[in-house]
Parts: sequence; structure tokens; C-alpha cells
Amino acid sequence: MALASVLLVDDEIPFVETITKRLTRRNLDILAAYSGDEALEKLKAHNDVEVIILDVKMPGKDGIETLEEIKRLHPLKEVIMLTGHATVETAIEGMRLGAFDYLMKPCDIDLLVAKVSDAAAKKRRHEEKILDAQIKEITMRRV
Amino acid sequence: MTEEKTSNGLYYRSLIRNIVILVIIVSFTPMFLVSGIILYQFHHSYSEKIHDHLGELVLNHKQNIDSFLKEKLKHIRFLAKSYSFEELSNESFLQEKLSNLQEGFSPFFVDLGVINERGVQIAYAGPYKLGGAVYSEAEWFKAAFQKPYYISDVFLGLRELPHFIIAVQENWRGRPWILRATIDFVAFNTLVQSVRIGETGFAFIINTQGECQTRPCLDMDDSKQVLADLLADKKNIIRDINIVEKTDTSGGKNLYVASFLKDGDWLLVYQQAASDALADLNRTLRLTIILLAIGGLAILTMAFVLSRRVVMRIAKADQEKQMMNKQVVETGRLAAIGELAAGIAHEINNPVAIMVEEAGWIEDLMEEGTEQEGNMEEFKRALKQIQNQGRRCKEITHKLLSFARKTDSRVQSVQVNELIEEVVNLSSQRARYANVEIHTNLQPDLPETQMSMTEMQQVLMNMINNAMDAMEKKGGRLDISTELGKDQIIISIRDNGPGIPAANLAQIFVPFFTTKPVGKGTGLGLAICYGIIKKMDGEIEVDSTVGKGTTFRIVLPLIKNLETK
Repeated sequence: MALASVLLVDDEIPFVETITKRLTRRNLDILAAYSGDEALEKLKAHNDVEVIILDVKMPGKDGIETLEEIKRLHPLKEVIMLTGHATVETAIEGMRLGAFDYLMKPCDIDLLVAKVSDAAAKKRRHEEKILDAQIKEITMRRV
Repeated sequence: MTEEKTSNGLYYRSLIRNIVILVIIVSFTPMFLVSGIILYQFHHSYSEKIHDHLGELVLNHKQNIDSFLKEKLKHIRFLAKSYSFEELSNESFLQEKLSNLQEGFSPFFVDLGVINERGVQIAYAGPYKLGGAVYSEAEWFKAAFQKPYYISDVFLGLRELPHFIIAVQENWRGRPWILRATIDFVAFNTLVQSVRIGETGFAFIINTQGECQTRPCLDMDDSKQVLADLLADKKNIIRDINIVEKTDTSGGKNLYVASFLKDGDWLLVYQQAASDALADLNRTLRLTIILLAIGGLAILTMAFVLSRRVVMRIAKADQEKQMMNKQVVETGRLAAIGELAAGIAHEINNPVAIMVEEAGWIEDLMEEGTEQEGNMEEFKRALKQIQNQGRRCKEITHKLLSFARKTDSRVQSVQVNELIEEVVNLSSQRARYANVEIHTNLQPDLPETQMSMTEMQQVLMNMINNAMDAMEKKGGRLDISTELGKDQIIISIRDNGPGIPAANLAQIFVPFFTTKPVGKGTGLGLAICYGIIKKMDGEIEVDSTVGKGTTFRIVLPLIKNLETK
């Protein structure tokens, strides 16, 4: 059983390929996308994705726009922003739009795994709470 | 550079000249006007004062002479009335009376004579031997017989010396006789000439025929015409005085003050050289001219010194401004580099991240050991990737450095197309992220032109950055083209961004005008571009339609070599 199911979004192909291999070794289930639009497509097809690692600066739909879209369509999925162009402004913007955290490229792989685990845990807790609430509601209705 | 200095020198020299002319006009005009008016007024009133003074003097003198003549006449009349013809016909009696007169009254009487109706001098007392002299044909005798008393003009007479006589007619037993006295000409002359003012002023008397009755101090030939005019002017004499300023035949300007005396028979004339009479005035005039000259000299000196100083200050300020402009251009270049660097930082970060990850991957595989099947291939692949990404980094830094290192702003031969390609290449990464497509349509075989490469690079960088800033949100298309005009290179930079509103269009080249948020733009970019293009003797124009886009057109003169410039 993998630690978490992750969608990795970045326009740099070699980066995505290598980090996929490294994260897979660390027991993460990785799905790759090379643009914002592709990421949204992949999410539509793979609902089991828990955490999205998203590059901020991409041609076409950029990280912030993609984040907004993801949060609109999949509010429970957690997003970790990853960028080389680290600016406080972008970070604040990302966090404000509901990103779980923000990491600068290049980042330590173990730190990234830890963040992904935390994000997945948060997502699961969130889902559990919702499930609990739903069960309670059903139970209450039966009573 | 030398040419620039020479043209600057000419400019500053003409500036000095203009300031000097202005200062001179502004200072001299009122100075001359005021001085002229004051001098004219002073001259006028002073001349009037001199005229009045001389008039008064001559009037007094005329009265003196008149009184003198009347007094002498009275003495003779008294003598004629007091003593009978018989008594006076006695020469010793007459001599006694003459002595009495000379002692008691005045030494002016030279002699006395008693003349009968036939004009025979029957008695004579005096220094000449004139007893028995016959005057029946003498002018004075004829005139004296017409009037109860008579004062003659000066004549030589029998004694052949200038003199004049006072004659009184009386009757003895129904027959007229005349008592006459001769007046000492020298003494009378002295009396008339007693009025002397200045160095040239003197008085004399002429009769109605213009003949001198006293001895003039100078040769009177020069003044003959003037004296004739004065005699003719009898009717116009106001208050018994006539004052005229006339130039005599020798060219000297004289002041004539004339007054008739002896019931209009004689004219007392006072003559003085105008320069002498108005000596004080002339002295004042000279002093004023000296003062004006000194003042003028001071103004001239001040105008030259002051204008030179002012222009030197202006030149210094210009120099400082030029330095400041240079600094502003440099700042703009740094800002452009800064903007570029931000894009490049991202660009370089990607290969660095890949290298770090590949290195991490090798580390991961090392934990398994090198013997593991396929690991060696993976190491090789990863190392190759690291090499590739390292090269990518090198290229990126090389691009940035090639831009930033170009600090040489010297004018040199530049191929504009190559420069555009270079700048487009530098901006490509930013364009990719901003979703901007850059298309170039460059005229082939564009000749090289003389310009500062760094400055032109800065202009192009600014134009492209601005276009991308404008299109960043929605993306767009940027078209850069070059074409060869007549001795011109025309660069067009056209975007299809939101365009510039008409209200802002007029101000885009104004320094510090910006529509970007605070901290994002200095408002100097286009102002600097404008300055650079103008310095190159080129033109920069903008055409923009809101919603359609903006086109910047840069027209540069084609300069084949430095000599042409």
C-alpha cells in the first residue's frame, strides 16, 4: 500500500521523470502531467489522487490558475506548490487560494515526502470527518 | 566628442553675448535717457540763469553809462546857465571853471570851449591849442545847433585823437552860443570796459552806423554781421535788453547782450565767448560725461563678468545634468538587467533542480549497490543528464553575462538584426511563460550602422519587456521587423496587447510617467529610450489603439562610418 497517491505537474520533463523515480522508491504512487491542462485531465481520470505537486511557473495555464481550478473541482485534494521562482507574493497567493504548503526548487526529497505525507494525512482526516458527519447524519435520520 | 565640445562652446559664447547685449540695453537705455533729460533741463535752466544774470549786469551798466553821460551833461548845462557868455568867453575864467570841474567833480573833462553862432571857438581852456578854431562845418556843431544840448559820437576832430563832446546851446542877447566840453576818451573807455566777466567777457559801445565808440578789446571784424543784426533788431529788444547767442565769422560761438543808450544813439554791447559764459555748465557736462563713462565701463565690466559667471554655472549644471542622464541611462540598463535576471533566475533554477534530483537519484541507487542490474546504465544516464543540464546553465548564464558585461557604450558598427535576435533570444524564456509569441521579420542584408551597441540593446530590451508586460495576462503576439529606408533603418515593434489609452499616449515618453503599480515600474524606461534614440539623431514614434495593440517605430539614421557622422 503506497503512502499516498500523487500527481506531479511540471513542464520540465527530465525533472518530472527523475523525481517520479525517486518518489516511487519512497513508496509514493506517482502520476505525471506536463501542463496545467493535462493535470486537470489526469485528475478527472484518476480520482484516487490525494496530493498534487504543482509547479508555479508554466507556459499556458500557470500554477496559480491550475490551483484555482483544482480547488474548484476537487476541494478535498491537497496541493503543494513547487517553484523555482520563489517569491513571497506567489507563496501568499498560493496559500490564500488553499495550497497546503509551498516548497522551493530544488528541494530536499525527504522534506518533500514528509510534506506529501502530511498533506495526504490532512486530506484523509478531512475525508474521515466528512464521512463521520455523513454517517452521523444517516444514523440520526434512522433514529 | 571634440565636435560636441566646439558646438557647446559656440552655444555658450552666443549665450554670453546675448546676456551681455541684454544687460547693456537694459542698463544703458534708462541711464542715457535719465542723464539726457536731466542734462537737457540743467542746460536749459542754467543758460537761462546766465542770460538773466548777464542781462541784469548789462542793464545796470547801461544805466551807469547813461547816468554818467547825464551827469556830465548836467555839469556843462549848469556852467552854461550859471555864467554869461561874456564871462565864459574869458579864457582864464574858463580855465578856472575847467580846473574846478576837474578837481571838484571828475577828471573826465579834458577841455572846455565857447563857440559863437558862426562856429568860431572864441574861448578855449584845455591842453590843446584850439583857441579860434572854426567848427562851422563840423558835424557835431551842426547837430548841436539843432538841439538845446548834444552828446556827439566819437570822432578824431582837429586834435586828431578819438574823443567825444558834450555841447549845450544857450542864448546871449538873442544870439545862440555853445559851451562844449570834451570827455576824456580813455577814462570813458575804462568806465565802459569796467564790466569784465570770465576770461573773454568785455563791453563796448557802437553807434547806429556800427562804428565803435569805445575801444574793443578784440578785433571786431568777426562780429560785424552780428552787430549789424543787433542794431537792426532795435524793435525786438525786450526790457531794453537783447540777448543772442551767435556764431561769428571765425566760427566762435559768442553770447551778445545788447542795450541801447544815449536815447538810442549808442548800443552798449557785452560780448563773451559762449564756452566761457557757460564754463560751469560745460564743466558739469564734462563731469557728467566722465561719470557716465565710468558708470558705463562698470556696467560693461559687470555685464561681461556676470554673464561669464552665469554661463559658467549653466555650463556646469548642463554637465551635471549630462552626467545625471548618463547615470539614469545606466540605472535603466540595470533595471532591464534586473528584470531579465528575474526571468533567468527561474530559467536557471530548473536545470539546477534537475541536477539535484539526478544526483539524489544516483544516491538512492548507490544504497542498492552498483552491482544491481541496470543501475550502472542508470548512473550513466543520470550523469549525462547532469552534464546536459550543466551545459544548459552555462548557456543561460552566458546569455545574461553577454548582456550585462556589455558596458562599452562606444559608437561602433552594429548589425541591428543580430542585436534584435540576441535580445529576442534573451527574452524567449520570459515570452514562453507569458504566453507571448515573438515573431521577427528582419530585412535581409541590412547594412551595419554606427551606434552604441549597449544603448540600442537597452532600447530593444525595454520595448520587448514593455510589450510583454502589456500582454502578460492574456498572452499575445509580438512582431519585430526591420526594413531599410532611404539612409534609414526602421525598426517596428508591434504587439497585440490592450493598447495605450489616448490620454496616456502623449505622456509615455515623459520621465517618471508610469501606469504600473508602485514598486513595479520606475517610469524611466521609455524616457530613457527616447533620450537614447534622440541622441542617435533618430526618431521614436508610437501608434496605439485600445483593444488592438501598440506599435513602436524607431527610425535610425544609417551611418556607414564615423567620418560621415
